[in-house]
Parts: sequence; C-alpha cells; structure tokens
Amino acid sequence: AYKRFSELLPKEERENACSARVPKSQILTLPELRANPFQHRICHVFSTSETEDGSMSFEDFLDMLSVFSDSATSDIKSYYAFRIFDFDNDGTLDRKDLEQLVNCLTGQGEGSRLSSAEMEQLIQNILEESDIDKDGTINLAEFQHVVSRSPDF
Amino acid sequence: RDSQQAETERLSRWEKWRRTSSKSLKKALSEVKGLSSYLVLWRRDIRSIEGKFGTGIQSYFSFLRFLVLLNFIIFILMFSFVILPTIISTFGLFNSTIAYIPPKNIDVICTIYKPSGNKGLVYFYTYLKDLLSGTGFLEVTSLFYGYYSIDAVWISIMRYNLPLAYLLATFAYLALSFLWIIKRSVEGFKHNLVHDADPFQSYCNKVFAGWDFCITDPNAARLKHRSLQYELQTDLQEEKLKQKIAERRLEEKLRIYSLRIFINIIVIAILSGCFYSIYRVTVFSQENSNVSIRNDTRTNLVNLLVQYLPSMVITLANFIAPLIFAFLIKFEEYTPAFEIKLTLLRCVFVRLANIGVLLFSLWSQISDCGSDKCKPCGYNYKLYPCWESDVGQEMYKLMIFDFIVILAVALFIDFPRKLLVTHCSCKLVQWFGHKEFEISDNVLEIIYGQTICFIGTFFSPLLPAIATIKYFIIFYVKKIVLIHTRKPAARPIRASSSNFFFLVVLLIGLLLAFVPVGFSIARIPSSKACGPFRNFNTSWEVIPDTILQFPTGLQQFLFGISSEAFAVPFFVI
Repeated sequence: AYKRFSELLPKEERENACSARVPKSQILTLPELRANPFQHRICHVFSTSETEDGSMSFEDFLDMLSVFSDSATSDIKSYYAFRIFDFDNDGTLDRKDLEQLVNCLTGQGEGSRLSSAEMEQLIQNILEESDIDKDGTINLAEFQHVVSRSPDF
Repeated sequence: RDSQQAETERLSRWEKWRRTSSKSLKKALSEVKGLSSYLVLWRRDIRSIEGKFGTGIQSYFSFLRFLVLLNFIIFILMFSFVILPTIISTFGLFNSTIAYIPPKNIDVICTIYKPSGNKGLVYFYTYLKDLLSGTGFLEVTSLFYGYYSIDAVWISIMRYNLPLAYLLATFAYLALSFLWIIKRSVEGFKHNLVHDADPFQSYCNKVFAGWDFCITDPNAARLKHRSLQYELQTDLQEEKLKQKIAERRLEEKLRIYSLRIFINIIVIAILSGCFYSIYRVTVFSQENSNVSIRNDTRTNLVNLLVQYLPSMVITLANFIAPLIFAFLIKFEEYTPAFEIKLTLLRCVFVRLANIGVLLFSLWSQISDCGSDKCKPCGYNYKLYPCWESDVGQEMYKLMIFDFIVILAVALFIDFPRKLLVTHCSCKLVQWFGHKEFEISDNVLEIIYGQTICFIGTFFSPLLPAIATIKYFIIFYVKKIVLIHTRKPAARPIRASSSNFFFLVVLLIGLLLAFVPVGFSIARIPSSKACGPFRNFNTSWEVIPDTILQFPTGLQQFLFGISSEAFAVPFFVI
C-alpha cells in the first residue's frame, strides 16, 4: 500500500511520503477510483485536510483502503457509505441527496438520467422502504438498518 | 499496524514464528491460485469480453467453455473404455485377440447386414456425401455403433468384456454430466435464493448497494451505469403495471383471460403443427433414403437433401417458432419479467420437444411391425438391420447440420448486415439496424446441440469428440461476430440468474436424453447383425448376464443392493 501511495507523489516528495499530502487530482488517477461515480465524495470523506481540498495523507489513504477491504465490518462500511452518500454533509439523506445519488448511479450523460416522474416514484419507494420515523429523510440508524438487510452491500 | 507491531513484541518467539509462517503460507497459496488461473482455458478471452460487453454475455461464453470441457471429458471416458480396447484388438497390439461368440438361437435372417462400404472405384463426390450423411464409408468406421461388433477382447490373459464396458461407459457419462451440472447449478441457486430473498427491499438494495466498487474499466463502468438505469426503470414500470392490473375492472379481466386462453390454444396448435411435420418428414426421409440405396434411381444431390430433410425442418421450426411466440406474447399483457420467462419457456419446449418427436418417429419406424415384418428379430430387420447405427447417423446429421447453420448464419447474415448498415445510409436499412447479441437464443442453440450429443453418444461413441471440436470453433466464431457486429444491448441481463437458467435448461435436456437412451437400452431389442449386444435380447441384458457369472455370495450382495428398500434411500441421500 505504501508503494501505491508513493507512486502518486511527484518524484521530489517521495522521500518524506509519510507526511506529504497528495492532491485530489492525483488520487483520482487510481484505477479503482477512476471509473467510480462517487470518486469526489470518497476523497472528501476520507480527507482530513483543513482546507477541504480533498487532498489525502498516507493515513487517510490507509483509512480508505481499510474501509473498502473485505475485512472491515459491516458497521464501519455502512457508516462510511452513509457519509459518502450524504452529498450536502448535513448528517441525513434527504430527497436532494437521494436524487444526486441516483443520478450518479445511472450515469452522467443526458440520456441516461431518469425522468422526473420516475425519480419521484423511485425516491418515494426508497423512503417508504427505509424511513422508519417518516420524517422524509434517512438518518444513520435507518441507513444502517436497511443496509444490514441487503445482500449486495 | 502500529498496534499489531506492539502486540507482536509481547508474544513469545514460538507465536511469532507461527504468525510469520501462516502469513507466508497465505501469500504462497494466493500466488499458486493466481498461477493456476493461467491454466484455465480461454481465461484472457473471457475476461476481455466481460470487460467490454458485461457479465451477461460473458456468462454465455463461460457456459460454452464448460460444454467444451464436458464433451472432452465424456470423449476421454468413451475413448478409454470402448474405443481404445477395440482399436488395440483390431490391430493386434499388445498381444491381444478378439473373441467372436457365434449367436445362438437367433434366426440367420436377422444377422444379414451389408453396409455399403468402399466398393472399388467410387467418385470423390461420394466421399463428401458420405461424410455429410454418415453413410457409405463412414458407416463402417468406429464412428458408429456397428463397428463395435466384438464380444470380448483378450489382452494377454485378461478378458475385457466389451459389451459390459460399453453399457457401463454410457451410464458413466450420463451420471457424470448429471452430477457436474448439478454441482455447478447449486452455486448459482444459492446466489439466486439470496437475491430474491426480500422483494420489499429491492429499491434500497439497488440504490445503496448497486455500484460494484471493483470496476476499473470505463467501458465496464458505462455498462454498469446503463444496467442500473435499466433495472431501476423496469422496476418502476413493473410497479406501475401492477397497479394498473390491480385496478382492472371485471370486463377487462374477462377479456384478457379469454385472449390468453385463445393465444395459448394458438401456441399449442403451432407446436402440434411442428411435431406433425417433423414426424411426416422423418418417415418420408427414412423410407426414401433406404429405397434409393437399393435402386440408385435418384441423383446424389437429391438423395443428400432427402437425408437432411428432418434436420432442415427442425432447424426451421426452431427458428420460426420463437419469432411467433415473441409476437404473440405482446397481446397477452403480462408484466415484462413474466413475458420474458414465458417466451423462453416456450422456446425451450419447442427445441427439446422437436428432438423428442424425431426420435419417436424413428422408433415408430424401427418397430413398425405392421405386417409381420419383425417376427424373427423383434424389430424391422429388413429396413434396419443395424438400427443403432441408423439412429447414430440421424444424430450425426443433426449435429453436422446444426454446425453448418451456425457458421452460415455468422458468415452470410451477420457480416453482410453489418456491412450494409455501416456503408449504406438509406432509411430502410438503418431502421433494420445492427444485430443485438441475443443471449437466450444463442444459449438455446448450443443446448440443443448438446442434447443431441447426450443422446447420440450411445449410438456413436465418437460424437463427443465432434461436439468438442464444434464448440471450440463456435467459441471463436461467436467471439469474432460479437466484436465486429454487436450493438450495445438495451437490456443488460443479470449474470447470476442467467447462469442458473442455462444450467437448468441443460439439465432438462440431459433428463430428456435419458428417456430415449434408456428406452433403447432396456426395451428395444438390440440388433442381431451388428454391435456388441448381438447375443443379448436387449442391451440391458448384459448386466444380469454378467452378474450371474459372479460367485453366489457377490450375487446375493448385489441383489440386496439393487432391491428397492435399499436403492431408493441411497439415491435420495
């Protein structure tokens, strides 16, 4: 893992890779993240930089790898997934978050988005299935509950 | 990592050594696994197809690879137990001799069998015709049952009971195929079960857990986007449709149900039409090809056409029926998922039942005992002195014709279509469009071929080898067709459920194959003029005969096992 991280750094900084930070643009060149629709969110969630620019240090990189590995528990994974899906960082998944999530899933082009009627119906269904306290948003506990019952996660 | 390092310092040296050795063992194991995956046939080709076209199409190619392996193993089985001893004894290698036991209590007239092998000067054209139809010089080779007219082979001092070996090899390959298919389908079944577990959660599951985080190729990512979009859209559509159905009034319901019954009647009528035509054509072909062998009045080309008539009719029926079903099902107004399933079910039924009807008509010809034609021997000995070879020939013809059709379709329909669409920009041609790679049609095609192989191996032991070569070539043909002519599918299919579906249909084909083979072994009297079972009434009789030759203790034991009280629980477990 250290090798992968240091490959992202430009040549000069490789010496003290332990303390350097890699800018977001470099991280996005990793093959696993390149095709991932949630690439930006993943960078933001795992980055601990104060300037919110999405850059990651080696510890952040390790955090990310450990959460995505097979040996992470379902709780940890669902916690981080919740943070990744929460586009406006307000701590709950409301309608707008869900809408953005679905758009990320279906693709970026014009023809690949769902129509607004379909989107409405879909969000309605999702909220019906997962929103237990019926407040129109999904909080962390509801999300973890739903995810624990889903076989694909 | 820091905490782990701190921990290791506290452990004793023994523990340290154990930990490092288990780590290196794990590493070594994963490296070995990585290396052994290089040995898998076509691994790179299938991976590249998966990356470019998605897992649905990749499952078709993995299925093809599975069939190549299965056929190869069946061929090895038959080769080592049946063909090899025969060849060894025929050429006298290893000091072996053949024992011919003269038939007792059998009418001489049953044993007259003169296959028209090479008789002096023949045209080269005859060779080609024989190659295509399995008659002539091919009939007396080891391709067909009639070659194995040996009763026992003596290799030095060992007596090798060929008839028993033949029968047991047949059972072995059927059992092997059965077990292997079941083992593969169990994995798919578990996956299926988990997937369909909770219908209430399907939306959340798809949205929150839908993205496969292992995708690295942008093409694959695009495919995944499209498949997710398609899945969400179909689910929403189905929900709307279900609501509409629930709100139907009584008159609407009556109308739809009566329409469905009517359409099902039409479907049954079409099926009976197919079956009847296959029956008539088979009877016609058998009668006329037999007559012409004797009289030589027809020209060779017409003769060949007559011989191939059943194959052509079956292929035509297999092609037209699915089109008609796809057209009709639109009127029945089912939900889209059910529509797909029902059409597929009907197509499967047509393909497998066609083979069944062909065999039935052959059987009726062989056992045609109208005017005392079979008195001495139990079957129609005049027309079919060696009926197993005839059945083998029919299966051989079906297989060759299937192969020719697949190649011809690829060459003459797919490529010109692509050329037309890309170079000619007139509206009519553009509307025709690129051809999609229809997975279900292609799969049914190869399952049909495989069922023929299962049935035919008893009558023609070299058939699995032909099937292996055929599927090997088909893999490359289909791959080339796919790469050059395919348009991205609008309906990405889920791989896990398709895999399970293919295996289930293959299993149905295998079970269907059990019926004619079992029937021929157990009920139809074996030919007295050729084959290893000349001295027995039916092929099955080899086994009781052999058992009676064992010492009495063993006999009692075997009878005990085969008695029902023991066998049924044994099989159930």
